[in-house]
Amino acid sequence: MEKRFVYMDHAATTYTKPEVLEAMMPYFTEQFGNASSIYTFGRRSKAAIEEAREKVAKALNALPDEIYFTGGGSEADNWAIKGVAFANRDKGNHIITTKIEHHAVLHTCEYLEKQGFEVTYLDVDEYGMINLEDLKKAITDKTILITIMFANNEIGTIQPIAEIGKIARERGIYFHTDAVQAVGNVNIDVKEMNIDLLSLAAHKFYGPKGVGALYIRKGVKIDNLIHGGGQERKRRAGTENLPGIVGLGKAIELATSNIEEHNRKIKSMRDRLLNGIMEKIPYTKLNGHPEKRLPGNINVSFQFIEGESLLLLLDHYGICASTGSACSSGSLDPSHVLMAIGLPHEIAHGSLRLSLGDLNKEEDVDYVLEVLPQIVQRLRDMSPLYESFIKEGGK
Amino acid sequence: MKEKVVIGMSGGVDSSVAAYLLKEQGYDVVGITMEVIPRNLEFEEREGGCCSLSAVNDATRVAAKLDIPYYVLNFKDVFESKVINYFIDEYLAGKTPNPCIACNKYIKFDEFLKRAKVLGAKYIATGHYAIIEKDNKTGRYLLKRSKDEKKDQTYVLYNMTQYQLAHTLMPLGGYTKDKVREIAREIGLPVANKKDSEEICFVPDNDYARFIKERRPEEIKPGYFVDVNGNKLGKHKGIIHYTIGQRKGLGLSLGKPVYVIDIIPEKNLVVVGDEKDIFKDTLYAEDVNFIPFEKLEGEMKVTAKIRYSAKEADATIMPYKNGVLVKFETPQRAITKGQSVVFYDGDIVVGGGIIK
Repeated sequence: MEKRFVYMDHAATTYTKPEVLEAMMPYFTEQFGNASSIYTFGRRSKAAIEEAREKVAKALNALPDEIYFTGGGSEADNWAIKGVAFANRDKGNHIITTKIEHHAVLHTCEYLEKQGFEVTYLDVDEYGMINLEDLKKAITDKTILITIMFANNEIGTIQPIAEIGKIARERGIYFHTDAVQAVGNVNIDVKEMNIDLLSLAAHKFYGPKGVGALYIRKGVKIDNLIHGGGQERKRRAGTENLPGIVGLGKAIELATSNIEEHNRKIKSMRDRLLNGIMEKIPYTKLNGHPEKRLPGNINVSFQFIEGESLLLLLDHYGICASTGSACSSGSLDPSHVLMAIGLPHEIAHGSLRLSLGDLNKEEDVDYVLEVLPQIVQRLRDMSPLYESFIKEGGK
Repeated sequence: MKEKVVIGMSGGVDSSVAAYLLKEQGYDVVGITMEVIPRNLEFEEREGGCCSLSAVNDATRVAAKLDIPYYVLNFKDVFESKVINYFIDEYLAGKTPNPCIACNKYIKFDEFLKRAKVLGAKYIATGHYAIIEKDNKTGRYLLKRSKDEKKDQTYVLYNMTQYQLAHTLMPLGGYTKDKVREIAREIGLPVANKKDSEEICFVPDNDYARFIKERRPEEIKPGYFVDVNGNKLGKHKGIIHYTIGQRKGLGLSLGKPVYVIDIIPEKNLVVVGDEKDIFKDTLYAEDVNFIPFEKLEGEMKVTAKIRYSAKEADATIMPYKNGVLVKFETPQRAITKGQSVVFYDGDIVVGGGIIK
């Protein structure tokens, strides 16, 4: 078997598509003017940013004036949550979120707790779904913000966003969703879904890293996060990341123009890989929702083994995968998401996330189905847990 | 095919140069940093700290420079139970533990070796200053003092088993620290001038008493200083604050210098006395490991060292109960429970144990 390079970590980041890069290139070297400058050369840069803003707005069914560019998804999450919390302190100090949010949301909420806010962290069921009744019950007259992710980065579970939006809107509570994993994989309509704030990051949908956006519905009361100059209609200071923003615009246009076709292709490869894994590797459990999940996401736990060694051996075979979010220092703690869906510590440790995307071909699926069962077996052969399991007759 | 070696990389000069030397020797080298500090303990980064996030960044740069695969692996749970909790329990029991010895015994040469084996490695390697050699007459692996006597680290390695020695490489054993720094500079390693780490890696600012207090506040109780006859002399802050031979920081004013000569955890007492009272010529050690032979059968003349920084002294060791009795030719200052005594025969490490 010939060694291949197989990238199955699209949930961590994606490559920048050549069309996107091409759209960005002039804005590094030729059309580099500062978008805030008066002269024509600067105005052209400004026009490019506004064109990108329109594209983002179109992708979400928002207005261009409701789109603000940021330095990425984490900044957008921080801004949405802190900005709404501090601006609406007079109305209340209660925020509702879930236990499976990305750390950009969780750690921001923890920070706000230190500032005197109260945060409810909703439980999820074994598939990672929140319970709408729990949400309703958690709401108090002090609740100012509900922040619930659109789709989970580790297990791919997609939340009932429209229903959450409805509940929030009826009660006059702001609803923010971290849609970093969802854009390009799920149809998003902020009006229909009653979303007040939405975070996204370009590098998750084949755009460049270091640029994102926050959708803020007109009329939402929010403080600034980054103070300084008057960029982004005085809401987000800092000279605009011109090439990045242009790239984000191009990428979101490409990613949302043909979601159905893209999903069908990715999902068919994903399902073949998933079925193959479940067939070839015993004592394996799928994590996340069987249907309501991101098209490229697989998250499985292999009993008796330990995820870190699995990743290293996969790496040896040229396969890029992860056990959870890539946002820690590179080493792994048991994932808070897997703990929240009720996996025991030792099973959570043996989990693997494969996230498929545009870089994958059917040959990649074949290759992983060839390599992965061997590696899992090898690790199990060296595992004392597996040994005693077999000795006890496999019970 | 090249033999695979997994080297523990701290981002410091020693493990970086060790990785370089192994690569030069033709091994297939994989670098790994063991992450051991619990999340809630991540503290202000210190220069020279061995397990911090900056260590990961340094090791990443070194691995890239050497063009070897590099990973960070999680050993937090096992480190917490085998090193941190051991460390705290020992202090609470009136002893003075050496966490590096526990880390080597349970983490580096056990868990780490196991993980390396899973990854298909034949050996693990470390940047320790010590020499591993096979004795062709007996067929046993020997641990010997490093060429650089000032840097020799055999004291913390006495627990190594034959299996561990057979699967461990210590490429720095034949070098002096100066030479290692020189190599680092020659090959342009970004860490050539990094300070040595000599603190307890998991204790912020080395204030171990505060560290224990934060984790087990209810178990630290003030008690009394007493003299050898049991007369109360004053109040102490909790036995974890004291070690045998200590004179400073007792807060006693008795008109003459006094020293901690014993700690009695059951009664929460700290016994103080004259300096002469801290000199003893006999000790008993348990959890003993021997390297050139499996078991000590009779008396043996050795030189022995009662702490990392102590001078070796002539002694005779003999089997006794579950461990070994050590008789020194001259009395030793401040023999301390919880510390390790390590025996040498010339340059060869005979073994060692924990002082009871």
